[in-house]
Order: sequence, then C-alpha cells, then structure tokens
Amino acid sequence: MLEKTVSQVGTVTQYNYKTYVRLEKGFYQENYIISCSIMPSKVKDGCIYQYKNCTILWNHELILEDLWVRDGKILNPEKLFFEEQAYADVQIDCKGCIIAPGYIDVQINGAFGVDFSETDDVISGIQKVAKGLLEHGVTSFCPTIITSPAEVYQRVLPQVKKCNGSKDGAGVLGLHLEGPFINTSKKGAHNPDNIQSFPNGYKDVIGFYGNMDNVAMVTLAPELDNSEDVITELCKRGIKVSLGHTTADLITGEKAINQGACMITHLFNAMMSFHHRDPHLIGALTSNQISPDRTLYYGLIADGIHTHPSALRIAQRVHPKGLVLITDAISAMGLPTGEHHLGNQRIEIKGKRATIAGTETLCGSIAKLDYCVRNLLKNTGCGEVLALETASLHPAEVLGVTDKKGTLSYGSDADFILLDKSLNVMATYIAGEKVWDSGLISGL
Amino acid sequence: MRLVILDTTNDVSDWTAKYVRRKIHEFNPGPDKYFTLGLPTGSTPLGTYKKLIEFYKEGSLSFKYVKTFNMDEYCDIPRDHPESYHSFMWNNLFKHIDIVPENVHLLDGNAPDLEKECEEYERKIKEAGGIELFLGGIGPDGHIAFNEPGSSLVSRTRVKTLAQETIIANARFFDGDISQVPTRALTVGVGTVMDAKEVMILITGAHKAYALHKAIESGVSHMFTVSAFQMHKSTIFVCDEDATMELKVKTVKYFKGLNSIHMKLVEEPESQK
Repeated sequence: MLEKTVSQVGTVTQYNYKTYVRLEKGFYQENYIISCSIMPSKVKDGCIYQYKNCTILWNHELILEDLWVRDGKILNPEKLFFEEQAYADVQIDCKGCIIAPGYIDVQINGAFGVDFSETDDVISGIQKVAKGLLEHGVTSFCPTIITSPAEVYQRVLPQVKKCNGSKDGAGVLGLHLEGPFINTSKKGAHNPDNIQSFPNGYKDVIGFYGNMDNVAMVTLAPELDNSEDVITELCKRGIKVSLGHTTADLITGEKAINQGACMITHLFNAMMSFHHRDPHLIGALTSNQISPDRTLYYGLIADGIHTHPSALRIAQRVHPKGLVLITDAISAMGLPTGEHHLGNQRIEIKGKRATIAGTETLCGSIAKLDYCVRNLLKNTGCGEVLALETASLHPAEVLGVTDKKGTLSYGSDADFILLDKSLNVMATYIAGEKVWDSGLISGL
Repeated sequence: MRLVILDTTNDVSDWTAKYVRRKIHEFNPGPDKYFTLGLPTGSTPLGTYKKLIEFYKEGSLSFKYVKTFNMDEYCDIPRDHPESYHSFMWNNLFKHIDIVPENVHLLDGNAPDLEKECEEYERKIKEAGGIELFLGGIGPDGHIAFNEPGSSLVSRTRVKTLAQETIIANARFFDGDISQVPTRALTVGVGTVMDAKEVMILITGAHKAYALHKAIESGVSHMFTVSAFQMHKSTIFVCDEDATMELKVKTVKYFKGLNSIHMKLVEEPESQK
C-alpha cells in the first residue's frame, strides 16, 4: 500500500510517500516515509538525482558521501555546483545503505535453466539470464561458451553483440570463450571430443571461432604449441587471454603472462596443484618474473564448495589486487531445490550444491555473485571494500573498461547497487535507472 | 571592539557558529531579503563550519536565503585542485548545507582578466547590499585574507603577490614542495572587509598569541593589516585561552569580566525559541 502526499514549500515541491507493511490478519503497519524534494533546477537537460544518506565505495574506501547521477552517468557535484550552479532535481534517501558499482561476472555458463553453449536460441537465453541477474546486483557479464564444436561458435559469435544493460537485463561486455584450446587432461566438464589445438597458431583460432568482434575473453592452455603466437595476436585485437584448463608449469605460465595473458581462469580448479618444489601456474600469484606495473588477475569461485575457505584465504592474502570473483555458474543456477532436466542430464539441487541426480558428483557452481561476495568476506575477513571490488573494479580492470564500468568515478556509467550492511543487494541501477528493487528500502 | 575569550578552540567554534545563527535569524532573511556572509578558509574556521553544518542538519538553521562571498582564492591552480579555496569551501561547507549555488561567490583565480574579475567582485558585493557579517582568521604576520604586511589599509579586491612567509607556510599543503605553491592570489582588500557591517576575527592557539597582541594592543599599522579593525565600528575578536598568552593581564581581565554579556549574544532570539 502506498499513500502519496504532496506539499509545496516555496519553490520546492515535497513528495511524501507513506508505505505500509502488511501484518497478519489484514493489519497494516505504517512502514515509513520516503520523501523526495523536487526543486526546479536551472539546467534543462537531464534530471539530476542525488542519492543521500549513504556510504559509497570511492577510491578504495567506503565514505559517507552522496552519489549524483545525470543522463545515466555519475556526476561530479562540485563541478555542477560551481560551473553550472545547478542542484538536484530529485533527492533520494538511501537510509544508510552502501552504494557500490554494479557487479560484473566474467565467467558464467548459464543460469535459470539456460546453458549458453547448448541452447538453440542463444539470444533469448542471454536475455533471460541477463534479466535474472539483476536481483543479484550484476549489471554486466560475459556469457561464457565452453568447449564446443566449430558450428556452435560460428552460429553464436556473430549474434551476441556487446551491449549496455537496461531494465531488460544486465549488459553484455562480450563473450568469454572457455576453450576449445585447452588441455584434455584438465578438461573438467568439457567434452574431450571437442577439444582442439592450434598447430598453425592464430590462423586455426580464427578459422575455428570465425568472427571475434563480440569476444571479450578467451581461456586457453598456454602449454599448447604456438600459444605465443595465439596470445600475442589475441591481445593485439584487444581480446583478453586467461590461462586455464591447463597443466602448465610456472615458467610456461609466466611466459604466457609476459606475452599478454592477464588472468588465470578459476584458480585451483582444472590446473596442477601447488607443490612447494614445483608450484605450477598457482605460483604465478607471487611471481617475480612479471613486471610490477602489471597486475595478474585470477578468477575465484567463492561459492563455498568449489574452493575451500582456506584456499580462498591463501589467494586473497597473497594477491588481493588480482582477485576476481566469478560464479562459473551452470544452467541450474537460480532454479529451485529439486530435480531438473537440463540438456541430457538429470540434475538435483540440494541447498547450495548441484549434483548429478542420484549421485554426489558435483556438476558445477550454482552460486550467485552477490552470495560469493558475502562468502568471500565471511571466509577471508578481507573487508567490505575488497569484497566489493573483487566483483566490480577488478573484473572491469581485466576487461579494460574502468572508464565506464566497475567504479563510481565521475563520468562512469551509473551502474550501481544499494546494499545493506551485510552486503545483501537492496536495489540495482543501470545507467541511473532502477532495474531491480528488493522492496525492503522504501522510497527508492 | 569586543574581545570574547573562551576556554578552548571548540568553544570558539561553538560560540562563533551560534553567533552566526543568531545573526541570520535576527535578520530574518527571505526571498526578497538575503543575508550576506563573508567567509574565510583555513584551519581556524573549520570548527565553526562543522557546527554550522550540524545546525543545518538538526534543522535549526537554513542557508536558503544566505549569500556568501569568500575572501580570497589562489591564482594559477585549477578550480578543482584539492588545495583551491573552491574545493575547501565545497568539501567543508557548501556540499553539506542547503545553500543555492548561484548565491555563492568566490573569486576566479583563473579568470582571463584578473583585474576585471576583482572589479566585478566588488560590484557584486555592492549589488548584494554589502556584507552583513564578515568572518575572518589571521596569519601569524597579521594578514587578513591575503592582505600581506604592507598592504594598504584602504585596499579593495585585487591581485596580490604572496609574501615569502606565506608561501613557505603553505608549502605543507603542496607536498612540502615550495615550487608548487601558487605565488599569486586574488583577495578582497582591507577596505572591502572594513565596509562590512560587522566583522568577526577568530584567533586560536598559542602560535597566534603574538598576532592577537599586535592586533588589539598595538597601534594601527599596514605592516599588520588586521590592526585596521581597531578602526571598525563593530568588530569582534573571538579567541581561546591559548591565544591570550601575549596580552596584558588588564586586557584579559577586562574582557573576561564581560563574559556573561558575551554569552547572551549567542542566545537565540525570542522568535526562534
């Protein structure tokens, strides 16, 4: 129930909304009031929004500060004040919420029953997932295609365009192609029949994938012959290279990183274990062979199942700046508890686990990114700032899009989320527009 | 002249902010009648600004019908430089209160024609009906705004070259690098401040004790520009105990004896109770 009253104080119009929470037996409790003041701004173009009474993630700190938005971008209020002599048209009381940049998931294979690699209608599938991710605070993502036959790439790649998010769903920052150029002995859930090598280097890659305009990221195994050529050529085209599904030793990993690879795919999973005399790829986290002005990023599945809390702590403590939370979620994410038919598999969801029905075999992650952020915080004690940055700033850095995404800096896209003190998502905004609302904070 | 002696710096901030609040309320500003306030920057007024923000937040003070004029601004650093007085005022006062941007006035140290900028500023002050209350602090060498020793006591708003002492003192705000400190500033003149109906000078800390002595117990001199306010018909010096160290016992005793009157000055007018 919503009751609206309007009052006029001088030139300021005050709107008061009273909301009621329904109690048992038809009784309502007055919940509380939100007010927004509409002042006539001097500036005609674009309504100016001021989010007040909030703590914002700004320059690696949570600070008590207002967030200003106009035309879908974060606005510099000081410039507005002195240069345009303008002020807010609408003030929104955030009731002490935290405001952080919208989350970015650079590795997600599907959700809500959709598998991006299997579906016939990838566009509708992506739209469905994009919409469902909003309530988890995700404002952009990289739909991920796992090792597939060539025809899948050639059908899917030209269709999936990079786009900004909207009320209809999170934005697409480009595809993440996880395979098929990986090591069969670390195939994980990938179908070994489709795994490829590139005897002719980049020529084979382009021949296999076809048009790569919409590709943001490729996961490959650096120990494959000709990987130097492939990594160099991909990087030249602005496609980010992540190392994964690999048996690479440390030296091979470092070489690939120095050739341009910038990330490790789901650290600890589908790679050689760390050994103190032969650390393999995991050792790259503390490498002294990587130029100090470069950051090596690594994806981490902090679902509490695929990476042990102790492993989360080790990674976070040795290399916090490189930590990128990913869900690596499969189509079962977002489906209710019980048995589901997905593709040609029967999957059972019990709590936070998805298993092949009737067995205890894990069939992939079903964690949501907002849960992973809270879980990382809880298990590592890394602090809210880092926890939030691992799902916003860091993935934006990996993709080289920090001018628009992943921060609340002036001029950035106004993709942001409101969170309570425990980092539960209260509302999601894309380009300044509210695209999802928990209903728990009245007046947003 | 009044000299208000309070125990601590915090008391000075509290008293000053209450005085400003009372003045605004007595004036009873409205859409056709703005209260005009002159403002300084620097560490001395910070506490007062904090209190004024508190008053706004608790609802006991509005700046809706207040116009402000700042004393000075550096030349040759960008407006949004963290050490610019624009940034200072934004971060320490304006962004926290309900002041309307078009009622805020600061000198533009990057104006293409600095002389014209200064003339315009004087004109705008006149247009606003003059300044009702000018707040100020002082430097250890007695400068008010950037009116360095030797400034004419009838000076108006103009470009001023900073004294070496000021440049050295300000280096701490520019990574200790003296070459980064601006060497010129635009500043209101001593005469500009003298034209205000009322002037209030805040002086706190032992390091300003000699300056307070020179300001009120020595003669009027252009080598100590704040002393000019001995000639102003309504000036209040507000200081803490530490700043009285160089004063005569007689002076301190006399003004402390007036404390009960001073406390009455900050009571809210009947209409606001």
